[in-house]
Amino acid sequence: MTALQTKTPAIEIRALHKSFGPVEVLKGISLSAHEGEVISILGSSGSGKSTLLRCINMLEAPTAGEIAVNGETIRLKPGKAGLVPADRRQITRIRGKVAMVFQSFNLWSHMTILENLIEGPVHVHGRPRGECIAEAESLLERVGLADKRHAYPARLSGGQQQRAAIARALAMKPDVMLFDEPTSALDPELVGEVLKVMRALAEEGRTMLVVTHEMAFARDVSSRVVFVDRGQILEDGSPAEVFGNPKSKRFRAFISS
Amino acid sequence: MIDLAFLRETFATLVSGVPLTLQLAALSSLLGAIFALLLVWAQVALPSTLGRVARFYIFAFRGTPLLVQLFLIYYGLSQFRPTLSALGLWGLLRDPYWCAVLALMFNTAAYCAEIFRGGLQAVPAGQVEAARAAGFSGFLLFRRIVFPIALRQALPGYGNELVLMVKATSLASTVTLMEITGLAAKAISQSYRAIEVFLVAGALYLVLNVVLVQALGLLERRLMRHLAR
Repeated sequence: MTALQTKTPAIEIRALHKSFGPVEVLKGISLSAHEGEVISILGSSGSGKSTLLRCINMLEAPTAGEIAVNGETIRLKPGKAGLVPADRRQITRIRGKVAMVFQSFNLWSHMTILENLIEGPVHVHGRPRGECIAEAESLLERVGLADKRHAYPARLSGGQQQRAAIARALAMKPDVMLFDEPTSALDPELVGEVLKVMRALAEEGRTMLVVTHEMAFARDVSSRVVFVDRGQILEDGSPAEVFGNPKSKRFRAFISS
Repeated sequence: MIDLAFLRETFATLVSGVPLTLQLAALSSLLGAIFALLLVWAQVALPSTLGRVARFYIFAFRGTPLLVQLFLIYYGLSQFRPTLSALGLWGLLRDPYWCAVLALMFNTAAYCAEIFRGGLQAVPAGQVEAARAAGFSGFLLFRRIVFPIALRQALPGYGNELVLMVKATSLASTVTLMEITGLAAKAISQSYRAIEVFLVAGALYLVLNVVLVQALGLLERRLMRHLAR
Protein backbone atom coordinates (compact mmCIF):
# COMPACT_ATOMS: atom_id res chain seq x y z
CA MET A 1 0.00 0.00 0.00
CA THR A 2 2.84 2.42 0.74
CA ALA A 3 3.64 2.79 -2.95
CA LEU A 4 0.09 3.86 -3.59
CA GLN A 5 -0.06 6.32 -0.72
CA THR A 6 2.52 8.62 -2.27
CA LYS A 7 0.32 9.21 -5.31
CA THR A 8 -2.49 11.74 -5.41
CA PRO A 9 -5.59 10.16 -3.87
CA ALA A 10 -8.48 9.41 -6.25
CA ILE A 11 -10.83 10.87 -3.66
CA GLU A 12 -9.85 13.07 -0.77
CA ILE A 13 -12.41 14.22 1.76
CA ARG A 14 -11.22 16.90 4.18
CA ALA A 15 -13.08 17.80 7.39
CA LEU A 16 -16.52 17.27 5.93
CA HIS A 17 -19.50 18.49 7.91
CA LYS A 18 -23.14 18.12 6.98
CA SER A 19 -26.19 19.24 8.91
CA PHE A 20 -29.83 18.77 8.05
CA GLY A 21 -31.37 21.69 9.93
CA PRO A 22 -30.30 21.35 13.55
CA VAL A 23 -29.15 17.73 13.11
CA GLU A 24 -25.46 17.29 12.40
CA VAL A 25 -25.12 14.12 10.34
CA LEU A 26 -21.42 14.34 9.48
CA LYS A 27 -19.11 15.74 12.14
CA GLY A 28 -15.87 16.47 10.37
CA ILE A 29 -14.99 13.41 8.29
CA SER A 30 -11.65 13.08 6.54
CA LEU A 31 -11.01 10.14 4.27
CA SER A 32 -8.77 9.41 1.31
CA ALA A 33 -9.27 6.72 -1.27
CA HIS A 34 -6.30 5.75 -3.42
CA GLU A 35 -6.37 4.24 -6.86
CA GLY A 36 -7.30 0.58 -6.77
CA GLU A 37 -8.65 0.65 -3.24
CA VAL A 38 -12.00 -0.95 -2.51
CA ILE A 39 -13.36 0.69 0.62
CA SER A 40 -16.41 -0.71 2.36
CA ILE A 41 -18.19 1.89 4.45
CA LEU A 42 -20.16 0.28 7.24
CA GLY A 43 -22.50 1.75 9.79
CA SER A 44 -26.01 1.47 11.16
CA SER A 45 -28.85 3.36 9.47
CA GLY A 46 -28.70 7.04 10.24
CA SER A 47 -24.97 6.91 10.88
CA GLY A 48 -24.30 9.26 7.95
CA LYS A 49 -22.57 6.77 5.64
CA SER A 50 -24.88 7.34 2.66
CA THR A 51 -24.74 11.11 3.17
CA LEU A 52 -20.96 10.89 3.13
CA LEU A 53 -21.03 9.06 -0.21
CA ARG A 54 -23.55 11.48 -1.69
CA CYS A 55 -21.41 14.46 -0.72
CA ILE A 56 -18.55 13.15 -2.85
CA ASN A 57 -20.35 13.91 -6.13
CA MET A 58 -22.29 16.81 -4.59
CA LEU A 59 -25.72 15.17 -4.69
CA GLU A 60 -25.80 16.40 -1.13
CA ALA A 61 -24.56 19.88 -0.25
CA PRO A 62 -22.05 19.71 2.63
CA THR A 63 -22.13 22.37 5.34
CA ALA A 64 -18.35 22.66 5.49
CA GLY A 65 -15.26 20.86 4.24
CA GLU A 66 -13.59 20.01 0.97
CA ILE A 67 -13.67 17.24 -1.59
CA ALA A 68 -10.91 16.63 -4.11
CA VAL A 69 -11.11 14.19 -7.00
CA ASN A 70 -7.78 13.17 -8.53
CA GLY A 71 -6.23 16.11 -6.69
CA GLU A 72 -8.69 18.63 -8.09
CA THR A 73 -10.64 20.35 -5.32
CA ILE A 74 -14.30 20.95 -6.11
CA ARG A 75 -14.96 24.70 -6.01
CA LEU A 76 -17.89 25.45 -3.73
CA LYS A 77 -20.08 28.42 -2.92
CA PRO A 78 -22.79 28.91 -0.29
CA GLY A 79 -26.24 27.74 -1.45
CA LYS A 80 -29.65 27.08 0.07
CA ALA A 81 -28.95 23.74 1.75
CA GLY A 82 -25.20 24.15 2.21
CA LEU A 83 -22.15 24.44 -0.04
CA VAL A 84 -22.98 23.88 -3.69
CA PRO A 85 -20.72 23.60 -6.73
CA ALA A 86 -19.53 27.03 -7.85
CA ASP A 87 -18.44 25.99 -11.32
CA ARG A 88 -20.94 23.98 -13.33
CA ARG A 89 -18.41 22.94 -15.97
CA GLN A 90 -16.07 21.62 -13.29
CA ILE A 91 -18.72 19.62 -11.43
CA THR A 92 -20.05 18.18 -14.70
CA ARG A 93 -16.55 17.05 -15.62
CA ILE A 94 -15.93 15.56 -12.18
CA ARG A 95 -19.29 13.81 -12.08
CA GLY A 96 -18.44 12.31 -15.44
CA LYS A 97 -15.41 10.67 -13.76
CA VAL A 98 -17.17 9.52 -10.56
CA ALA A 99 -19.96 7.08 -11.34
CA MET A 100 -22.65 6.16 -8.86
CA VAL A 101 -24.79 3.07 -8.33
CA PHE A 102 -27.92 3.58 -6.24
CA GLN A 103 -29.87 1.43 -3.83
CA SER A 104 -32.99 1.72 -5.98
CA PHE A 105 -31.15 1.36 -9.34
CA ASN A 106 -32.66 4.55 -10.79
CA LEU A 107 -32.44 3.41 -14.39
CA TRP A 108 -34.17 5.88 -16.72
CA SER A 109 -37.55 4.27 -17.19
CA HIS A 110 -38.31 5.68 -20.64
CA MET A 111 -35.19 4.23 -22.23
CA THR A 112 -34.16 0.70 -23.09
CA ILE A 113 -31.21 -0.81 -21.22
CA LEU A 114 -28.88 -0.07 -24.14
CA GLU A 115 -30.13 3.53 -24.34
CA ASN A 116 -29.54 3.87 -20.59
CA LEU A 117 -25.93 2.82 -21.11
CA ILE A 118 -25.12 5.17 -23.98
CA GLU A 119 -27.05 8.19 -22.67
CA GLY A 120 -24.24 9.58 -20.49
CA PRO A 121 -21.34 8.84 -22.86
CA VAL A 122 -23.18 10.36 -25.85
CA HIS A 123 -24.77 13.40 -24.20
CA VAL A 124 -22.41 14.24 -21.32
CA HIS A 125 -19.10 13.14 -22.82
CA GLY A 126 -20.18 13.94 -26.39
CA ARG A 127 -18.74 10.75 -27.85
CA PRO A 128 -19.84 9.18 -31.14
CA ARG A 129 -22.94 7.06 -30.80
CA GLY A 130 -21.73 4.04 -32.76
CA GLU A 131 -18.62 3.67 -30.64
CA CYS A 132 -20.70 3.97 -27.43
CA ILE A 133 -23.14 1.31 -28.61
CA ALA A 134 -20.32 -1.14 -29.28
CA GLU A 135 -18.86 -0.54 -25.82
CA ALA A 136 -22.26 -0.74 -24.16
CA GLU A 137 -22.93 -4.08 -25.79
CA SER A 138 -19.71 -5.55 -24.50
CA LEU A 139 -20.44 -4.18 -21.02
CA LEU A 140 -23.89 -5.78 -21.08
CA GLU A 141 -22.20 -9.03 -22.13
CA ARG A 142 -19.98 -8.74 -19.06
CA VAL A 143 -22.83 -8.29 -16.61
CA GLY A 144 -24.82 -11.05 -18.32
CA LEU A 145 -27.53 -8.89 -19.85
CA ALA A 146 -26.72 -9.00 -23.55
CA ASP A 147 -30.14 -10.45 -24.35
CA LYS A 148 -31.89 -7.63 -22.45
CA ARG A 149 -30.39 -4.71 -24.33
CA HIS A 150 -33.64 -3.70 -26.00
CA ALA A 151 -35.81 -4.31 -22.91
CA TYR A 152 -37.13 -1.48 -20.74
CA PRO A 153 -36.10 -1.38 -17.07
CA ALA A 154 -39.62 -2.20 -15.86
CA ARG A 155 -39.32 -5.62 -17.52
CA LEU A 156 -36.23 -6.60 -15.55
CA SER A 157 -35.85 -8.14 -12.10
CA GLY A 158 -34.21 -6.10 -9.35
CA GLY A 159 -30.93 -7.96 -9.73
CA GLN A 160 -30.93 -7.45 -13.50
CA GLN A 161 -31.74 -3.76 -13.06
CA GLN A 162 -28.87 -3.31 -10.64
CA ARG A 163 -26.45 -5.10 -12.96
CA ALA A 164 -27.65 -2.82 -15.76
CA ALA A 165 -27.12 0.19 -13.48
CA ILE A 166 -23.56 -0.98 -12.79
CA ALA A 167 -22.99 -1.34 -16.54
CA ARG A 168 -24.40 2.17 -17.01
CA ALA A 169 -21.91 3.46 -14.45
CA LEU A 170 -19.06 1.60 -16.19
CA ALA A 171 -20.06 3.06 -19.55
CA MET A 172 -18.95 6.47 -18.26
CA LYS A 173 -15.41 5.05 -17.94
CA PRO A 174 -15.18 6.36 -14.39
CA ASP A 175 -12.02 6.72 -12.31
CA VAL A 176 -13.99 6.01 -9.15
CA MET A 177 -17.23 4.14 -8.54
CA LEU A 178 -19.56 4.92 -5.65
CA PHE A 179 -22.03 2.27 -4.53
CA ASP A 180 -24.84 3.35 -2.21
CA GLU A 181 -26.20 0.17 -0.60
CA PRO A 182 -26.36 -1.56 -3.99
CA THR A 183 -27.93 -4.77 -2.67
CA SER A 184 -30.23 -3.44 0.04
CA ALA A 185 -33.32 -3.30 -2.18
CA LEU A 186 -32.86 -6.83 -3.54
CA ASP A 187 -34.37 -10.18 -2.62
CA PRO A 188 -31.82 -12.36 -0.86
CA GLU A 189 -31.54 -14.65 -3.90
CA LEU A 190 -30.74 -11.73 -6.21
CA VAL A 191 -28.03 -10.26 -4.00
CA GLY A 192 -25.48 -12.84 -5.12
CA GLU A 193 -25.58 -11.98 -8.82
CA VAL A 194 -24.91 -8.29 -8.07
CA LEU A 195 -22.12 -9.03 -5.59
CA LYS A 196 -20.51 -11.31 -8.18
CA VAL A 197 -20.29 -8.42 -10.64
CA MET A 198 -18.92 -6.09 -7.94
CA ARG A 199 -16.36 -8.67 -6.88
CA ALA A 200 -15.15 -8.92 -10.50
CA LEU A 201 -14.79 -5.13 -10.65
CA ALA A 202 -12.79 -5.12 -7.39
CA GLU A 203 -10.51 -7.83 -8.77
CA GLU A 204 -9.69 -5.83 -11.88
CA GLY A 205 -8.37 -3.04 -9.65
CA ARG A 206 -11.12 -0.47 -9.83
CA THR A 207 -11.36 2.24 -7.19
CA MET A 208 -14.61 1.67 -5.34
CA LEU A 209 -16.35 3.17 -2.33
CA VAL A 210 -19.13 0.88 -1.22
CA VAL A 211 -21.69 1.73 1.43
CA THR A 212 -23.01 -1.69 2.36
CA HIS A 213 -24.52 -3.99 4.93
CA GLU A 214 -22.94 -7.03 3.30
CA MET A 215 -20.40 -8.11 5.91
CA ALA A 216 -19.05 -10.90 3.75
CA PHE A 217 -18.30 -8.45 0.94
CA ALA A 218 -16.62 -6.04 3.37
CA ARG A 219 -14.53 -8.80 4.88
CA ASP A 220 -13.55 -10.74 1.76
CA VAL A 221 -13.56 -8.31 -1.16
CA SER A 222 -12.66 -4.87 0.14
CA SER A 223 -9.10 -3.76 0.77
CA ARG A 224 -10.18 -1.38 3.49
CA VAL A 225 -13.08 -1.09 5.90
CA VAL A 226 -14.36 2.16 7.35
CA PHE A 227 -16.94 2.20 10.14
CA VAL A 228 -19.02 5.35 10.49
CA ASP A 229 -21.00 6.01 13.64
CA ARG A 230 -22.97 9.15 14.50
CA GLY A 231 -21.18 11.14 11.83
CA GLN A 232 -17.65 10.13 12.74
CA ILE A 233 -15.20 7.50 11.56
CA LEU A 234 -14.57 5.06 14.40
CA GLU A 235 -12.67 2.37 12.50
CA ASP A 236 -10.44 2.56 9.44
CA GLY A 237 -8.14 -0.23 8.36
CA SER A 238 -7.76 -3.48 6.50
CA PRO A 239 -10.62 -5.97 6.97
CA ALA A 240 -8.32 -8.17 9.05
CA GLU A 241 -7.45 -5.31 11.39
CA VAL A 242 -10.94 -3.91 11.71
CA PHE A 243 -12.80 -7.20 12.07
CA GLY A 244 -10.00 -8.98 13.94
CA ASN A 245 -9.13 -6.26 16.39
CA PRO A 246 -11.72 -3.50 16.55
CA LYS A 247 -10.75 -0.39 18.49
CA SER A 248 -14.25 0.78 19.31
CA LYS A 249 -16.95 -0.77 21.46
CA ARG A 250 -19.54 0.45 18.96
CA PHE A 251 -18.07 -1.64 16.14
CA ARG A 252 -17.86 -4.72 18.34
CA ALA A 253 -21.53 -4.27 19.16
CA PHE A 254 -22.30 -3.60 15.47
CA ILE A 255 -20.76 -6.85 14.20
CA SER A 256 -22.10 -9.00 17.01
CA SER A 257 -25.69 -7.86 16.41
CA MET B 1 -90.92 10.52 -39.22
CA ILE B 2 -87.19 10.82 -39.95
CA ASP B 3 -86.59 13.08 -42.89
CA LEU B 4 -83.43 11.67 -44.46
CA ALA B 5 -83.24 14.35 -47.09
CA PHE B 6 -83.31 17.05 -44.42
CA LEU B 7 -80.63 15.26 -42.38
CA ARG B 8 -78.40 15.01 -45.43
CA GLU B 9 -78.91 18.67 -46.19
CA THR B 10 -78.17 19.67 -42.57
CA PHE B 11 -75.08 17.49 -42.56
CA ALA B 12 -73.78 19.23 -45.67
CA THR B 13 -74.39 22.61 -44.06
CA LEU B 14 -72.75 21.76 -40.74
CA VAL B 15 -69.73 20.00 -42.25
CA SER B 16 -68.70 23.32 -43.74
CA GLY B 17 -68.17 24.50 -40.16
CA VAL B 18 -65.70 21.71 -39.36
CA PRO B 19 -62.58 23.54 -40.64
CA LEU B 20 -63.31 26.55 -38.41
CA THR B 21 -63.99 24.31 -35.40
CA LEU B 22 -60.71 22.46 -35.97
CA GLN B 23 -58.81 25.69 -36.53
CA LEU B 24 -60.09 27.20 -33.28
CA ALA B 25 -59.29 24.03 -31.33
CA ALA B 26 -55.84 23.52 -32.84
CA LEU B 27 -54.64 27.11 -32.66
CA SER B 28 -55.86 27.76 -29.13
CA SER B 29 -54.56 24.41 -27.89
CA LEU B 30 -51.13 25.08 -29.36
CA LEU B 31 -50.88 28.64 -28.02
CA GLY B 32 -52.40 27.51 -24.72
CA ALA B 33 -49.81 24.75 -24.32
CA ILE B 34 -46.96 27.20 -24.90
CA PHE B 35 -48.46 29.63 -22.42
CA ALA B 36 -48.99 26.76 -19.95
CA LEU B 37 -45.29 25.87 -20.16
CA LEU B 38 -44.46 29.47 -19.22
CA LEU B 39 -46.87 29.25 -16.27
CA VAL B 40 -45.21 26.03 -15.06
CA TRP B 41 -41.77 27.52 -15.55
CA ALA B 42 -42.79 30.55 -13.49
CA GLN B 43 -43.89 28.26 -10.69
CA VAL B 44 -40.90 25.93 -10.55
CA ALA B 45 -37.95 28.05 -11.65
CA LEU B 46 -38.63 31.75 -11.25
CA PRO B 47 -38.69 33.96 -8.13
CA SER B 48 -41.65 33.24 -5.90
CA THR B 49 -43.52 36.48 -6.72
CA LEU B 50 -43.82 35.43 -10.37
CA GLY B 51 -44.79 31.95 -9.23
CA ARG B 52 -47.57 33.49 -7.15
CA VAL B 53 -48.77 35.50 -10.14
CA ALA B 54 -48.94 32.26 -12.13
CA ARG B 55 -50.83 30.51 -9.29
CA PHE B 56 -53.32 33.37 -9.16
CA TYR B 57 -53.78 33.28 -12.92
CA ILE B 58 -54.56 29.56 -12.79
CA PHE B 59 -56.89 30.08 -9.84
CA ALA B 60 -58.81 32.81 -11.68
CA PHE B 61 -59.09 31.09 -15.06
CA ARG B 62 -59.96 27.66 -13.69
CA GLY B 63 -62.47 29.10 -11.30
CA THR B 64 -64.58 31.08 -13.76
CA PRO B 65 -66.67 29.84 -16.71
CA LEU B 66 -65.14 29.93 -20.17
CA LEU B 67 -68.27 31.63 -21.49
CA VAL B 68 -67.84 34.50 -19.01
CA GLN B 69 -64.18 34.82 -20.01
CA LEU B 70 -65.16 34.90 -23.67
CA PHE B 71 -67.80 37.60 -23.06
CA LEU B 72 -65.33 39.63 -21.01
CA ILE B 73 -62.88 39.62 -23.89
CA TYR B 74 -65.40 40.11 -26.70
CA TYR B 75 -67.85 42.55 -25.11
CA GLY B 76 -65.92 43.76 -22.07
CA LEU B 77 -62.71 44.86 -23.75
CA SER B 78 -64.56 47.03 -26.29
CA GLN B 79 -65.12 49.51 -23.44
CA PHE B 80 -61.41 50.21 -23.58
CA ARG B 81 -61.36 50.75 -27.32
CA PRO B 82 -59.35 54.02 -27.30
CA THR B 83 -56.63 52.50 -25.12
CA LEU B 84 -56.56 49.31 -27.16
CA SER B 85 -56.39 51.28 -30.40
CA ALA B 86 -53.49 53.26 -29.02
CA LEU B 87 -51.75 50.00 -28.17
CA GLY B 88 -52.47 48.65 -31.66
CA LEU B 89 -54.50 45.76 -30.21
CA TRP B 90 -57.92 46.85 -31.39
CA GLY B 91 -57.51 45.28 -34.82
CA LEU B 92 -57.07 41.94 -33.11
CA LEU B 93 -59.72 42.32 -30.41
CA ARG B 94 -62.51 43.62 -32.63
CA ASP B 95 -62.35 40.34 -34.53
CA PRO B 96 -64.57 37.67 -32.92
CA TYR B 97 -62.26 34.96 -34.26
CA TRP B 98 -59.29 36.24 -32.28
CA CYS B 99 -61.43 36.90 -29.23
CA ALA B 100 -62.51 33.25 -29.29
CA VAL B 101 -58.94 32.02 -29.81
CA LEU B 102 -57.72 34.19 -26.92
CA ALA B 103 -60.47 33.09 -24.54
CA LEU B 104 -59.98 29.40 -25.36
CA MET B 105 -56.22 29.76 -25.11
CA PHE B 106 -56.24 31.58 -21.76
CA ASN B 107 -58.65 29.04 -20.36
CA THR B 108 -56.88 25.89 -21.54
CA ALA B 109 -53.50 27.28 -20.46
CA ALA B 110 -54.69 27.29 -16.84
CA TYR B 111 -55.73 23.63 -17.03
CA CYS B 112 -52.69 22.54 -19.04
CA ALA B 113 -50.37 24.24 -16.57
CA GLU B 114 -51.78 22.05 -13.81
CA ILE B 115 -51.53 18.93 -15.97
CA PHE B 116 -47.91 19.70 -16.90
CA ARG B 117 -46.99 20.54 -13.32
CA GLY B 118 -48.44 17.22 -12.21
CA GLY B 119 -46.40 15.42 -14.87
CA LEU B 120 -43.27 17.23 -13.79
CA GLN B 121 -43.75 16.47 -10.12
CA ALA B 122 -44.33 12.80 -10.87
CA VAL B 123 -40.83 12.44 -12.38
CA PRO B 124 -39.08 10.07 -9.94
CA ALA B 125 -36.47 11.97 -7.92
CA GLY B 126 -34.11 8.99 -8.13
CA GLN B 127 -33.95 9.12 -11.92
CA VAL B 128 -33.15 12.83 -11.84
CA GLU B 129 -30.48 12.15 -9.23
CA ALA B 130 -28.95 9.40 -11.37
CA ALA B 131 -28.77 11.89 -14.24
CA ARG B 132 -27.14 14.55 -12.06
CA ALA B 133 -24.64 12.01 -10.80
CA ALA B 134 -23.74 11.24 -14.42
CA GLY B 135 -23.08 14.92 -15.14
CA PHE B 136 -26.42 16.03 -16.57
CA SER B 137 -27.54 19.51 -15.55
CA GLY B 138 -29.58 22.48 -16.74
CA PHE B 139 -31.25 22.23 -20.12
CA LEU B 140 -29.59 18.91 -21.03
CA LEU B 141 -31.05 17.32 -17.90
CA PHE B 142 -34.46 18.75 -18.74
CA ARG B 143 -34.39 17.80 -22.42
CA ARG B 144 -33.06 14.25 -22.09
CA ILE B 145 -34.48 13.02 -18.78
CA VAL B 146 -37.06 15.25 -17.06
CA PHE B 147 -39.15 16.31 -20.06
CA PRO B 148 -39.54 12.87 -21.70
CA ILE B 149 -40.65 11.32 -18.40
CA ALA B 150 -42.96 14.24 -17.52
CA LEU B 151 -44.53 14.12 -21.00
CA ARG B 152 -45.43 10.47 -20.54
CA GLN B 153 -46.95 11.16 -17.13
CA ALA B 154 -48.96 14.11 -18.45
CA LEU B 155 -50.19 12.57 -21.70
CA PRO B 156 -53.46 10.95 -20.52
CA GLY B 157 -54.58 14.12 -18.74
CA TYR B 158 -53.49 16.29 -21.63
CA GLY B 159 -55.43 14.16 -24.12
CA ASN B 160 -58.50 14.70 -22.01
CA GLU B 161 -57.96 18.46 -22.15
CA LEU B 162 -57.68 18.34 -25.97
CA VAL B 163 -61.02 16.54 -26.21
CA LEU B 164 -62.57 19.19 -23.96
CA MET B 165 -61.12 21.89 -26.19
CA VAL B 166 -62.73 20.51 -29.34
CA LYS B 167 -66.09 20.71 -27.57
CA ALA B 168 -65.39 24.10 -25.98
CA THR B 169 -65.07 25.69 -29.44
CA SER B 170 -68.87 25.48 -29.66
CA LEU B 171 -68.98 28.52 -27.34
CA ALA B 172 -67.46 30.58 -30.14
CA SER B 173 -70.91 30.49 -31.75
CA THR B 174 -72.07 32.96 -29.08
CA VAL B 175 -69.76 35.62 -30.50
CA THR B 176 -71.06 35.21 -34.09
CA LEU B 177 -68.55 32.62 -35.33
CA MET B 178 -70.03 30.15 -37.81
CA GLU B 179 -68.38 26.97 -36.69
CA ILE B 180 -70.42 23.77 -36.27
CA THR B 181 -72.67 25.03 -33.47
CA GLY B 182 -73.04 28.48 -35.01
CA LEU B 183 -74.21 26.95 -38.27
CA ALA B 184 -76.52 24.63 -36.34
CA ALA B 185 -78.17 27.54 -34.53
CA LYS B 186 -78.67 29.30 -37.83
CA ALA B 187 -80.13 26.16 -39.44
CA ILE B 188 -82.59 25.84 -36.55
CA SER B 189 -83.74 29.44 -36.80
CA GLN B 190 -84.58 28.75 -40.44
CA SER B 191 -86.15 25.29 -40.06
CA TYR B 192 -87.34 25.10 -36.42
CA ARG B 193 -86.17 21.48 -36.36
CA ALA B 194 -83.93 21.50 -33.30
CA ILE B 195 -83.66 17.75 -32.71
CA GLU B 196 -82.39 16.79 -36.15
CA VAL B 197 -79.97 19.69 -36.40
CA PHE B 198 -78.45 19.26 -32.95
CA LEU B 199 -78.22 15.49 -33.43
CA VAL B 200 -76.17 16.06 -36.57
CA ALA B 201 -74.05 18.67 -34.79
CA GLY B 202 -73.47 16.31 -31.86
CA ALA B 203 -72.54 13.49 -34.25
CA LEU B 204 -69.96 15.71 -35.95
CA TYR B 205 -68.23 16.55 -32.64
CA LEU B 206 -68.31 12.87 -31.78
CA VAL B 207 -66.57 11.94 -35.03
CA LEU B 208 -63.89 14.63 -34.53
CA ASN B 209 -63.21 13.35 -31.03
CA VAL B 210 -63.14 9.70 -32.07
CA VAL B 211 -60.38 10.55 -34.52
CA LEU B 212 -58.56 12.61 -31.88
CA VAL B 213 -58.85 9.89 -29.24
CA GLN B 214 -57.56 7.28 -31.69
CA ALA B 215 -54.56 9.45 -32.53
CA LEU B 216 -53.84 10.03 -28.84
CA GLY B 217 -54.14 6.31 -28.17
CA LEU B 218 -51.61 5.59 -30.89
CA LEU B 219 -49.21 8.17 -29.48
CA GLU B 220 -49.69 6.83 -25.97
CA ARG B 221 -49.00 3.27 -27.04
CA ARG B 222 -45.82 4.42 -28.73
CA LEU B 223 -44.59 6.47 -25.77
CA MET B 224 -45.66 4.00 -23.12
CA ARG B 225 -43.82 1.01 -24.58
CA HIS B 226 -41.60 1.10 -21.50
CA LEU B 227 -44.57 0.12 -19.32
CA ALA B 228 -45.93 -2.62 -21.59
CA ARG B 229 -46.05 -6.01 -19.96
